[in-house]
Amino acid sequence: MTDRFSRADVARVARLARLELNAEEQDLFARQLAGILAYAEQIQRVPTEGIEPTSHAGDAAMLRDDEVRPSLPREASLAAAPDGDTAAGLFKVPRVLG
Amino acid sequence: MDTPSGVRDIRDAVVAGRMSAVDICRQTLDRIATLNPPLNAFRGVAPERALARAAELDAQRDRSPLPLFGVPVAIKDNICTRGLATTASSRMLDGYVPPYDATVVERLEAAGAVIVGKTNCDEFAMGSSTENSAFGPTRNPWALDRIPGGSSGGSAAAVAARMVPMALGSDTGGSIRQPAALCGVVGFKPSYGRVSRYGLIAFASSLDQIGPIATTVADAALVMNVLAGADPRDSTASAAPVPDFAHALDEPRDGLRGVRIGVPRHLFSDGVEDAVLSAFEAALAVTRDRGAEVVDVALPYSPQAIPVYYIVATAEASSNLARYDGVRYGHRAGQAHTPAEMYERSRGEGFGREVKRRIILGTYVLSAGYYDAYYRQAQQVRTLIREDYDKALAGVDVIAMPTSPTAAFKLGERTDDPVQMYLSDVFTVGANLAGLPAVTVPCGFTGSRLPIGLQLTGRAMDDATVLRIADDYERATPWSNERPPRPAASASR
Repeated sequence: MTDRFSRADVARVARLARLELNAEEQDLFARQLAGILAYAEQIQRVPTEGIEPTSHAGDAAMLRDDEVRPSLPREASLAAAPDGDTAAGLFKVPRVLG
Repeated sequence: MDTPSGVRDIRDAVVAGRMSAVDICRQTLDRIATLNPPLNAFRGVAPERALARAAELDAQRDRSPLPLFGVPVAIKDNICTRGLATTASSRMLDGYVPPYDATVVERLEAAGAVIVGKTNCDEFAMGSSTENSAFGPTRNPWALDRIPGGSSGGSAAAVAARMVPMALGSDTGGSIRQPAALCGVVGFKPSYGRVSRYGLIAFASSLDQIGPIATTVADAALVMNVLAGADPRDSTASAAPVPDFAHALDEPRDGLRGVRIGVPRHLFSDGVEDAVLSAFEAALAVTRDRGAEVVDVALPYSPQAIPVYYIVATAEASSNLARYDGVRYGHRAGQAHTPAEMYERSRGEGFGREVKRRIILGTYVLSAGYYDAYYRQAQQVRTLIREDYDKALAGVDVIAMPTSPTAAFKLGERTDDPVQMYLSDVFTVGANLAGLPAVTVPCGFTGSRLPIGLQLTGRAMDDATVLRIADDYERATPWSNERPPRPAASASR
């Protein structure tokens, strides 16, 4: 059971999650996630044919009228950006096209 | 020492003019300055802002209608406060200052409360000990070598040490109730949808709820009157009418006569500390003396609650935390040459271990080839767990369990074993999976004087009944009056 979650598996999933992990973290998580999944597998023994999945526990979503309301001013939205350009009204990121 | 210390006492003293809001605020700030250093309950204190707000309240003529007039409160650091740093105890959000207030913050301030600071928590509310804070753990006021529980450990410790009479927490799998129990105070997780989550930094949206931590059930009920209600900015906030929770406690009645309490004894087999079980049994005896009928109930699918919870919660977290990409707010890694490299490195540098572990687990259970076996299966078992509670609660008013299987454990004791840490939540996750209201109220101590909590879980949107039964139990017992030892000035670390 414990070899079912390899370091390569962790690296593959980390890539899907856009999350950089160092070698030590990859080793640690491979070991720990194998343990967590081994523990979690008990749910697979529960017969669930025909059971509706629960995605949330509340009532149906409350709907409101679709009308224009004031939103945050642009400067406030940009204030916390690591590289915001308030004058131009832009969030700047590294070059996308080479 | 005649200073009022509870929510209602402080409010009444200020409204009656026996004390000014500024006096109360100064005393609160003094207590925090003295008591917080060994505990690390606060991430940040805002003395100028608090004193200015208190002075503003003192200048108001008409104050009687405001239910929290002059009451100092603390806010868990994963709830947005405009102009006041909000980090979710993560490096990712170090220095982040929200441009808006959470709805609960707006409501507290509109009710006359004075926000004095933000409390420490596990990073992004992921943890059961507050050891996952990127800014150091909080310690338990009852024993400084022990954890306060988590993830709202700072809020629970701040209230237990009487630094503030009330602090907001958030509860995704027990994060209000478990720390409140371990710190010997009252914690209430409202029904899903009862309180707006707008401005709560999202962890697992189908489970998260905001609620109060206070020293008495009556104070928690008073705060619930302010927090509860619909919100056009949160589509999950219910439009169901909000009862007067505080008033419901005062209605005349004959103790707990006519109340039925269900106990799922089959869940208490292993891992529950002896002292916890005996305090729990003694609490049941009190409710019987008060007239309640205590019966056995079965929650046959509850042994699956922890694995279901950790699949559902991590799946939702992996999606919710995708927003931290280094573009609009939060940490950005330097010298990235492409957007993809920037995302990966910013997230790798900004998130701590437990958050990364959960993002990986959540991404895995949602990924192609594993979705049906893990995520969909967990959602289906979640349905069975909900039905368990529905069936049991058709015959009883509340379900009683210990809040936590053990009293506070030592710092570092469980940090290397995630599954062991996750088992701290074995009695609390069910209420989140089923969307039910649940309260913890102090019910005794271990031999080494660590607090123990009694948990009562009720029917969806019947928050008032849960609070009413807890209040009756609390008034019949001495536990909520107990206070942690005040550390000698030189005895800390």
